[in-house]
Amino acid sequence: MIPLDEKDLTLLQVLEENCRTPVSDLAVMAELSEQDTRERIERLEAAGIIRRYTAVVDWGRAGSDAVTAVIELKVSPERDFGYDRIAERIARFPQVRSLRLMTGTYDLQLLVTASSMHEIARFVAEQIAPMDRIRETATLIIMKTYKENGTTFAVRGEVERLPYSF
Amino acid sequence: MRDFVSERVRAIPPSGIRRFFDIAQTMEDVISLGVGEPDFVTPWCVCEASIYSIEQGSTAYTSNKGTPLLRGAISHYLDSRFGTPYDPDEEIIVTCGVSEAADIAIRAIVDPGDEILVAEPCYVSYTPCVSLAGGTPVTIPCRAEDEFRLTADALAESITPKTKALITNFPNNPTGGVMQEADWRAVADLLVDHDLLLISDEVYAELTYDGNHFSPASIPELHERTITLNGFSKAFAMTGWRIGYLCAPQEIAAAALKIHQYVALCAPVMGQVAAYEALRAGEAEKDAMVREYRLRRNLIVDGLNKLGLSCHLPRGAFYAFPSVESTGMTDTEFAEGLLHEQHVAVVPGSVLGPSGTGHLRCAYAVSRDDLKEALARMKVFLDSRT
Repeated sequence: MIPLDEKDLTLLQVLEENCRTPVSDLAVMAELSEQDTRERIERLEAAGIIRRYTAVVDWGRAGSDAVTAVIELKVSPERDFGYDRIAERIARFPQVRSLRLMTGTYDLQLLVTASSMHEIARFVAEQIAPMDRIRETATLIIMKTYKENGTTFAVRGEVERLPYSF
Repeated sequence: MRDFVSERVRAIPPSGIRRFFDIAQTMEDVISLGVGEPDFVTPWCVCEASIYSIEQGSTAYTSNKGTPLLRGAISHYLDSRFGTPYDPDEEIIVTCGVSEAADIAIRAIVDPGDEILVAEPCYVSYTPCVSLAGGTPVTIPCRAEDEFRLTADALAESITPKTKALITNFPNNPTGGVMQEADWRAVADLLVDHDLLLISDEVYAELTYDGNHFSPASIPELHERTITLNGFSKAFAMTGWRIGYLCAPQEIAAAALKIHQYVALCAPVMGQVAAYEALRAGEAEKDAMVREYRLRRNLIVDGLNKLGLSCHLPRGAFYAFPSVESTGMTDTEFAEGLLHEQHVAVVPGSVLGPSGTGHLRCAYAVSRDDLKEALARMKVFLDSRT
């Protein structure tokens, strides 16, 4: 882990919110030179703190029929490895968008996207459920996304603001 | 028919931005840097608390002074945050915004003939309120070369045997100027020597970017002669809730309360519930907003200076206050031209006091994208003039 100061945190916060913020603006906001800003970002990338630059996509609006499901798994942990080895195997499937070890009734929680309900069912039945050490699965289909990664998808009218006030 | 409007009211000049307001209303795509309010919506926990209280039927009058719960929370907040202790039962009045607090503070102390000093440029209500109370407002300039702070010299020059009080507003609307402890100590001696009262409007206290806000009532010699005004509008993005408060030594608070109970009765209860929740649970969201304002401040000050509109670094509030001197235009010409041609609204500084002449008040309480767009349009405007 590399030590981070206030300015690094500012860069991370602004980039997490909008990774297309120009370096010139980042520099001004964080009170740094552009050169210094670039070097800091490279350092954050190299250290694996910034993993990737991506977009939050509202696929519903893009007309996609893709189906996303939360799949919960009860897993028998392995001696010496716990849940890690099975988790690594599951993570290799491209359909698996996120994978977490959870407290509670189930152990692993997956977010899976596929082109149809049928595809989800096939994936669970043919790929996941038969794996060794998977004791139980529960598949929960996402019906509608209201907020993703801090971005609200619901349409809301603009709030009226006066053009002038003291 | 007689003219029924009182001479006092007739003598008050009309608002300096009304004309701009009317022009802007006719335009569709105005980017407004003209508003003195946060673009954020009130933190949701605050709205939730208020909605719930309405559902529970909490819709009645409260104690004139405000709910004991809110006054207690304000007292604790002011003491722990700014080192200004006030007794929640005798020294704090919750008001309908800081505007009402300023009005009743002024009326509680002004007699006809009293001279009331107003450090300008400043929020527009102080001088008319002094006039309405029968007093004589006397403005004191705060200058760009002093980073718009009030200096002891400027204060000393304005004091006469008739002077009764000084009204200040730091962090300042429109300049973003702040007063540090040393600045206040220099002023404090004069206030004590001439036995003057201080009315300190600190509604932008939380929006202080370099170091902490210093509240003059934390100086013991000033505490007994200071009326501290503050509120929730700016710090917690709660302009529409209309909740402010007045804190003063018991005798003055009692006098102000007499006026408050007759003109306002009490501040709206749903706003008071919201304000209590803001103090109880709103700190993290407030801090996030302050962080964002600071980033925007850096963007706009850099942008304005690059356009040749020289702009000091405002250390508080959410206004940049650049000079238009380099353009050869007056502040009003600039603001009017910019609105007509590029649909960007800013407030000419002269509206906010003689020392604001030649400056523009640009509120950076708008999104970063809008700020960038406003700066781009200002560039087009300036390029068209050269």
